[in-house]
Amino acid sequence: MAKSKTKAQIIQANKKPFKKVKIDAITLDIIESAIRNARFEMDATVFRTAMSPGIREQHDAFPLIADRNGKMVVGQFGSFISGFLNNYDGTVEEGDVFFTNDPYKVEGAVSHANDWLIILPIYYDHRLVGWSCHFGHMTDNGGKVPGSMPTDATTIFEEGLVTPPTKLYKKGVLQETLLELMLNQVRLPQWNRSDLNAILAACRVAEKRVKEMCDRFGDDVYVSATQAALDRNLRAVGGLIMQAIGEEPVFFEDYIDDDGRGYGPYKIKCTMWREGKKVILDWEGTDPQAIGSINFYLNENMLKMFWGVYMIMVFDPEILFNDGFYDLIDVRIPQGTLLKPNFPAALSCRTHALGRIFDTFAALLGQKNPEFLAAAGFSSSPHFMYSGTDSRGEWYQLYQIGFGGIPARPHDDGPDGHSMWPSFTNVPQEYLEAYFPLRIEKHETVADTGGAGFFRGGNALRVDYCFLEDGEISIHDDRWLTYPWGVTGGEPGERSSKVMFRGGYDTGVVEHHQSKCDNIKVKSGDILAFITWGGGGVGNPLERPAEKVALEVQRGLVTAEGAKRYGVVCSNAGKVNEAATKKLRKEMQANRPKETPVFDKGPDLTTILANAEKETHLVAPRPPVFQASSKLAQAAE
Amino acid sequence: MSYVLGCDVGGTFTDLLLINEKTGETYRAKTPSTPADQSIGVMKGIKRICSDAGIKPTEVNELMHGTTVATNAILEGKGAKVGLIVTDGYRQVLQIGRSFVPGGLAGWIIWPKPEPLASLENTVEVNERIGARGDVVRKLDKDSVVEACKVLKKQKVKAVTVSLMNAFANGAHEKKIRTIVEKELPGIPVSLSHEVLPEMYEYERALTAVANSYVRPTVGKYLVNLERALKKKTGDCKYKVLRSDGGLMSFDNASDRPVSLMMSGPAGGVAGALWIAKQSGFKNLLTFDMGGTSTDVALIENGDPQLRRETRVGDVTVRMSSLDVRTVGAGGGSIGRVPELTGALRVGPESAGADPGPACYGQGGTEPTVTDANVALGHLPPSLIGGEMKLDVKASRAAIKKAVADPLKISVEAAAEGIVKIVNENMFGALRLVSIEQGYDPREFALIGFGGAGPLHANALGKLTGSWPVIIPPGPGVLCAYGDATTRVRNESSQTVVRRFSETSSKEVGKILQGLTKTAAQSLVKEGIPKKEHKVVWEIDIRYTGQGFALTVPCKVQDFDKNGLEKAAKAFDTSHTRMFTFALDAEHEVVNLRAIVMGDAPNVKAVKAGKGGPSAASAVIDDKHTVWADGKKHKAKIYDRAKLKAGNKIPGPAVITEFDSTTVILADCQGVVDKVGCILITPKGWKGAKKSASKSKAKK
Repeated sequence: MAKSKTKAQIIQANKKPFKKVKIDAITLDIIESAIRNARFEMDATVFRTAMSPGIREQHDAFPLIADRNGKMVVGQFGSFISGFLNNYDGTVEEGDVFFTNDPYKVEGAVSHANDWLIILPIYYDHRLVGWSCHFGHMTDNGGKVPGSMPTDATTIFEEGLVTPPTKLYKKGVLQETLLELMLNQVRLPQWNRSDLNAILAACRVAEKRVKEMCDRFGDDVYVSATQAALDRNLRAVGGLIMQAIGEEPVFFEDYIDDDGRGYGPYKIKCTMWREGKKVILDWEGTDPQAIGSINFYLNENMLKMFWGVYMIMVFDPEILFNDGFYDLIDVRIPQGTLLKPNFPAALSCRTHALGRIFDTFAALLGQKNPEFLAAAGFSSSPHFMYSGTDSRGEWYQLYQIGFGGIPARPHDDGPDGHSMWPSFTNVPQEYLEAYFPLRIEKHETVADTGGAGFFRGGNALRVDYCFLEDGEISIHDDRWLTYPWGVTGGEPGERSSKVMFRGGYDTGVVEHHQSKCDNIKVKSGDILAFITWGGGGVGNPLERPAEKVALEVQRGLVTAEGAKRYGVVCSNAGKVNEAATKKLRKEMQANRPKETPVFDKGPDLTTILANAEKETHLVAPRPPVFQASSKLAQAAE
Repeated sequence: MSYVLGCDVGGTFTDLLLINEKTGETYRAKTPSTPADQSIGVMKGIKRICSDAGIKPTEVNELMHGTTVATNAILEGKGAKVGLIVTDGYRQVLQIGRSFVPGGLAGWIIWPKPEPLASLENTVEVNERIGARGDVVRKLDKDSVVEACKVLKKQKVKAVTVSLMNAFANGAHEKKIRTIVEKELPGIPVSLSHEVLPEMYEYERALTAVANSYVRPTVGKYLVNLERALKKKTGDCKYKVLRSDGGLMSFDNASDRPVSLMMSGPAGGVAGALWIAKQSGFKNLLTFDMGGTSTDVALIENGDPQLRRETRVGDVTVRMSSLDVRTVGAGGGSIGRVPELTGALRVGPESAGADPGPACYGQGGTEPTVTDANVALGHLPPSLIGGEMKLDVKASRAAIKKAVADPLKISVEAAAEGIVKIVNENMFGALRLVSIEQGYDPREFALIGFGGAGPLHANALGKLTGSWPVIIPPGPGVLCAYGDATTRVRNESSQTVVRRFSETSSKEVGKILQGLTKTAAQSLVKEGIPKKEHKVVWEIDIRYTGQGFALTVPCKVQDFDKNGLEKAAKAFDTSHTRMFTFALDAEHEVVNLRAIVMGDAPNVKAVKAGKGGPSAASAVIDDKHTVWADGKKHKAKIYDRAKLKAGNKIPGPAVITEFDSTTVILADCQGVVDKVGCILITPKGWKGAKKSASKSKAKK
């Protein structure tokens, strides 16, 4: 990738260069722990003060603390500050706080306009010593649909407010006009105001802590220590790469089922190999960008971090991750593809591609090391939105993230109905019922939806929303068509579905809805069953202990019928018929292929498409139509 | 004569403290704990302490007890088989929880998911539904309850919890179910979610009520056995047990609500610290209770410990008030090591425990622990006064050399210092959690160090936090028992009332608070505390409409005749600004109302230490000792604590030994013995604590 030059001009009243100090290992550990604690404080601040359930209850917000060059020392997704520094043509001064939600102006630091980002340069003794950043998903960002993620958008201009990097505070002074202008564009200004305040307060907490560390250790020591922390990670990940990644290329491809406009599936492909000390992640073969909003403008640094964290978690969870290893990864994404769309492609529904990238990583890292291989399950973070004006005349609007089956892991089952995203939690059903016109009739996982295996994939989650007011809903999900794959003999998990019971369960009026849709009108008394995907299984299901399968039948996580996929014959109460089980297992084992393929993706794509309507009640998508790079984009460059 | 007996059962030792109510004279005893049946150790201890004091057990008037029975049942997974009855559609309420997977991005790959406290095979649904406002959406189908009971009977559950959707708003269905369960499963205790925790959030409420059932048979049996044994010995005596929130309750009440005992142990430590610090004249405290495997810390402001609306033990977090005690998995037994890939020094959370213990115990331990590091640095002298055990210095050094010094290519002393520094940093992290992160400036607090290892590290922690003086109480190893013996009876009653301020009035809130006061007072009256001795405080949990978390604001019920809500809103805004740097121009919302009723505290005074001059020379038992600090050898003296007198000054570096603990004073600090025998450690030339204008809260 050609590195563009830093445009931003950093102003420091104190021009004295930092002295490089030798940091002993123990001081480094102390400073690293202290920065990590500061990050947890950022989380706590946001969760306690934000207002939207999406951030407050579900924690759809992500902090980081970076060194003075903008490299992440602690955080989750790696630093994207370089994207800001490369593109922001202006000054960075003490007391400034930057705001943006424009993916195209920060190289994908935020990947859709719902994510509001605060970037705060931290000064100590008038010298830049670091950065704190935080972004959070706003329930609403204006635009054509409530929730601001229109599935039918073709440009980012339909997705609401888009603000380039701008000073929200200039030398410590709040730019009130800017803030009021922003808040005037959204449907829930009070939530956005409070959430933005919360994010900013978290950045301030980090700023305070970094300054305290400079007080305590000296600023030269602090700055040197952040460099040392990055170096240490570089060494650790470097060692790991040499151990775990081969020079022979491995590749994997997976799909996003559709774009919400009737086209699909879209292919995501990645080839990985090592050249000397460097790992190459080459996305050649990924489909061109979509006309609709499923494009994912992927920040390359963030991708490096995603990959790095995955590798660390798979192979050696002891390593603390930061941006130190970035130079060891070379990311190649062809321009104009789904993962690097041309401006002004719509981006709001990028969550599906994001999830699929993680499935791809799991497959790439594990296929040569099956003992470390987890199955698939990262469908996406499915979204559910419900809004309208209630009978008292008040506007209500819910944005909620759903969960599903965690894939079976190399050493354990996948948890049922849990989150694959860090720190996400569900909104308590009683909370939903107290604050929205909803009654949640069911909140449970669905038996047999987890892929069978020696380790079982987690079950899909089913949430039945009974609407108590007329309104409209949006649904964003995926994996309704292709399967969350199983590995090393494990079966794929079940696919997702969305079923509407008009007027209640008993009327017999049942509708199957697309996994991506907006503006679905609902009436009071309608019930939507929002069913997500199951995780894939790991290993041969016929070797899973029969008592374990039977216990899960008793627990309602597997049915007696479903137990047969494990070759287990048992009663509904979970009593094993040992003779019948022995016989069935023998028969089934004989029918298994001699060589177990690494991946089981279910039927091939042609068969899946041919059977789609019969199996899912939804028309199969048409092959994607790709458009040439947009004229507007060329004009903008 | 009448005596008060405090009794704290810890993981290793049962500590007892007998106090003469008239004279304040005290006796201490320590006996090994008997984990299989803690009451055996307790009875042995009582026998010993009464004979030491030369009194008859019948002279004991009151027994206050801190217990880890509930804690251990959860930690060891040895609670009862619980049956759970839920609303149709919610069988997996514990299985799904909050869908949360800890550990950050890709953390799911390695997370070991704990089993729910009530298994799914023992969880049954009944047909009924209460709406969010307490309205009955579907009437309770009694036949479905009878069916559910059949399943639970077949599963042989030992306790039952009923937790229905929105029961916090209307508990009628839960009550009806209890009646049926009591008929179908006679003798099985039933816990109702709306009684255990009348608050919103179905998972948290269910979990709390299930935890109550989970520990109920164990705690109930223990208390019944103990009471029977005690009655035989002591005759007519009041028995009370310490709750997680630092209050006392009768054995009877505790048997019904054992979930409130989950942090009984650490609460004793806080209460003990509070009591001795009060005698010593300190009101703002950070408590630092360091044991073998873990360390508990808490913050006390103006004599009031901070309360938290949750209790966490192991994987289980329940919504029960507890003293805001944070626990880190770092203690004397924590093991130091250097993972190959990162080459970074890590300490804990793995612990050598009691078996094999640190290398220096000579019981086969080969991995270097924090205790070993203290041995190598000279903080723990090779032979402890009054101790039966000799410490194997060679073994400590060898373990440190192999696991830490050699991989890092540094000296044994530097490695030992590294281990101690890292573990101190971890504990500093916990102290920050209760202080800085709550908006308090630790420099405005004194730090009190106790527990087996607390006095070894307290001085270093004082340097990190800037909390002076560092207080080492007399008998730091049995401080929890002091806490048990000096606590007051306390009961609280709370109710969730989610209303915007515009939807309610001061008058309405006042009325509810009065009702809660009445309810809370009843159990004190039942425990024989007359109304005129009750002290009541009220709290109101407030948030901005739309927020998820509420802040607790103290209030006065009298104010609600007039502008109580207004006052509470102001206090909330101030508190919000202090904690989060901003307040909002948004509407306030009441979430919970609470009344807390307390009885009088027992009048226990600390014994005055004998007076002495500034010189502590007569207490020196070794003046040729060496300690290591900053990579250098320092000459140090070892003192016998029993010989120290009030007014004695001890310049650092010094090591002070006593029968249950060892205190370290660092080179640039000094200790002074105060009138009640506490050692107050401060930096040499220290000018006094940082003081702020108003309360001790840190200003933004």
